[in-house]
Amino acid sequence: MSNETLWYLSRATGLASITLLTLVVILGLLTSGRRRPFGERATIVMGLHRWVSLGMVAFLTTHIVTAIVETYVSIDWISLVIPFTSAYSPLWVGLGTLAFDVLVAVMVTSYWRHRMTERAWTAVHWLGYLMWPMAIAHGVALGTADQPLLRGTTLLCGAAGALALAWRLTTSYADRDRRRDILAGGWS
Amino acid sequence: MSSDQRRPSRRRAPVSAGAPRIGVDRVACSGHGICAQTLADVVGLDEWGYPIVADRPVEAKDADLAVKLCPARALYLRP
Ligand code: SF4
Repeated sequence: MSNETLWYLSRATGLASITLLTLVVILGLLTSGRRRPFGERATIVMGLHRWVSLGMVAFLTTHIVTAIVETYVSIDWISLVIPFTSAYSPLWVGLGTLAFDVLVAVMVTSYWRHRMTERAWTAVHWLGYLMWPMAIAHGVALGTADQPLLRGTTLLCGAAGALALAWRLTTSYADRDRRRDILAGGWS
Repeated sequence: MSSDQRRPSRRRAPVSAGAPRIGVDRVACSGHGICAQTLADVVGLDEWGYPIVADRPVEAKDADLAVKLCPARALYLRP
């Protein structure tokens, strides 16, 4: 594959990854912040949250491998796992690496969720809230300035995610509220 | 009584021998109601959206999926 093809492939899969990642984050926020039970939708949201995250891995793997293999900018294999080691834009590539490391932790713990304590799983899963903004910053900073589509999509993802986050923050813990309402209703 | 209320359906699909039954950890369950979708044959929801589980076996693969998709990890299998 020519260097140019690799470069474009890396851009395209990066864009797909950030879009899917944002979707996964929004679906997760919808699940944890739902205001009342909503049946089928809850199931679809939950299923998509799990399976879109798996689908994203294919795009993300391609994004990372092509970014390392192409020689237009120099990024070594070590930057796959160790952040801030890249010769090219160490900070912004490093944020991508860090986000990837966290993502691996989140996915591995979710795969083995049934073998972990709920507390440990939750602690790791919460890191997702750190990982997603890092991925957005990585995308905005490196999203090729002369290509408004790339940067624009990432910014749009950021806005959509922020909106979902705001919605999540304004809902209180739905289950706790429901239990309180049931109690307040008395035992009729 | 809200319109959310659903009882487990009376329909009984034949299940293989040794199929598990479903249990709910009532403390962990946060009433997402997803089990009522994934296991419509044996799980219904009460008027507040918490599961009512029928004491009948279900296909192991359906049960596994339901356990996986429960966001609160409140579903478990029992023999
Ligand atoms: S899917 Fe889990 S949290 Fe939701 S109602 Fe069923 S047991 Fe409770």
